[in-house]
Amino acid sequence: MLCIRNSEKCLLWVRVLSNEVYIIGAGETKFGELWNKSLRNLAVEAGLKAIEDAGIYSRDVDAIYGANSLAGVINQQENIGALIADFSGLSADGIPSLRIESSTASGGAALRDAYLSIKSGEYDVVVVGGVEKMTDIHGNDILEKSSSILDREWEAFFGATPAAMAALIARKYMHDFNVEKEALSMFSVNDHLNGSKNPDAQFRNKLTIQQAMNATAVADPLNMMDCSPLSDGAAALVLASESYTKKNNREGIRILSSAVAEDYLAVGSRKSIYTLNSTKLAVEKAFRKAQIKRSDISFMEVHDSFSIYGLLELEDLGFAEKGKAKDLVYDEIKLDGSIPVNPSGGLKAKGDPYGAVGVGQAVDAYKQLMGKAGDNQIKDAGYALIHNMAGTGSSSVIHILGE
Amino acid sequence: MTELSRIWRETEYRYNLIGFKCKNCGNSYFPPRDICPTCHRESIGKMEKVKFSGNGEVLSYTIVHDAPPSFKRQVPYVLALIKLVEGPVITAQIVDCAPEDVDIGTKVHTVFRKIRQDGESGIIEYGYKFVIDS
Repeated sequence: MLCIRNSEKCLLWVRVLSNEVYIIGAGETKFGELWNKSLRNLAVEAGLKAIEDAGIYSRDVDAIYGANSLAGVINQQENIGALIADFSGLSADGIPSLRIESSTASGGAALRDAYLSIKSGEYDVVVVGGVEKMTDIHGNDILEKSSSILDREWEAFFGATPAAMAALIARKYMHDFNVEKEALSMFSVNDHLNGSKNPDAQFRNKLTIQQAMNATAVADPLNMMDCSPLSDGAAALVLASESYTKKNNREGIRILSSAVAEDYLAVGSRKSIYTLNSTKLAVEKAFRKAQIKRSDISFMEVHDSFSIYGLLELEDLGFAEKGKAKDLVYDEIKLDGSIPVNPSGGLKAKGDPYGAVGVGQAVDAYKQLMGKAGDNQIKDAGYALIHNMAGTGSSSVIHILGE
Repeated sequence: MTELSRIWRETEYRYNLIGFKCKNCGNSYFPPRDICPTCHRESIGKMEKVKFSGNGEVLSYTIVHDAPPSFKRQVPYVLALIKLVEGPVITAQIVDCAPEDVDIGTKVHTVFRKIRQDGESGIIEYGYKFVIDS
């Protein structure tokens, strides 16, 4: 109950609608080069796993929000909402199914839209999916396609790739804050260590710091071990309203807050090239809405498509001063450190299927918070922060999850 | 294959390094934009074309080894963020030098060059690259 007051006395009591939103089921495919599985195979596999996990039936589903970034240019398939609904066997039921596109943050954006749809009172049960099929294209053609996440006419046109833009940011950051390359490589080492224990991860090999430092150059100063791989994969969640969750005796994880913010599309337009302003703005909103503190966070999943972004994110999420993330990357981000980062293996080891990433992060956070994370389980995990980013930082979507 | 009009409509800006200046606040922008992100609606009808000097310095740079097919013949190439003396920061290649000649702060200026070609029979696309000041 909320009391709306004037200066003297309580005028009106209003019942505040408690439309809390819960994740009641989650599932994902393995991430990797899955040559025998198509875009639609992957989407359906993840969706079914989530629905099974939630113990719901198709008749319970009010809507589907499907995230995808590049199917139009890689697989020559648009109309992804219809594709997912159709091959999930839901077309005849007329269940609304929309594709949400926000580049590499499509997954987080779809999760947020689904969250809002329940929060508004419109829906009770929504399936959120994310899918990307990136290996259906020959050789380096993928670099032409993946550069769609940049400004095509003023960055990619002149020879920029996502790795090159990250490298430009890395060079200036290392120069201005006197950061050694080793600090960036440590982020990949941590991802691989965690990924080695995640059965869904694309790479399950551990990485030594020497291997991470001496890999083949991609865009100097970044090498292959600073860059997330090409990945196929899908992930899905079932979201439900508080009333549905309680009425049907479901267990779930609450979404405490959801926030998104934008920045300029091109790196060069930004005031500071190594400040992820979209992340800074979104995280402030996320913590304000969640009403918890940074010290309450048990672990984070962050969008480290390139190692440099991992460091910038630690800073712009407010866990280190600018230029000081290097103090966290050796010990603090480990599973038993003060702020564990990417227990799933992150984008470097778990994989980077663009549109599926943000949903996959939520799948991992859900497993952790439910105590079902297996070998990577963080003890007494209470709150998780998941950070999904588009392009070179043009959008950031942040969710805080808890019990 | 790309239609000619997509490339043609940007040629004025890419060939001559023309951007826009907001007459409301005085800020200059490249690439061209119709609305000033500082002044918002106050800038409507007040954005005017401005030709930049082409002089600037290297804000950051990378040596690209892994490139899309249309840039494969140029690998390895130096890609940089160039801060023009007028303010805007441009993403472009630095050419006619060894990669080790480039550093943060190196003074550069524009040259008109071929950027890439769209396959064997497609359009040849031109625009700006930068060279180190002598």
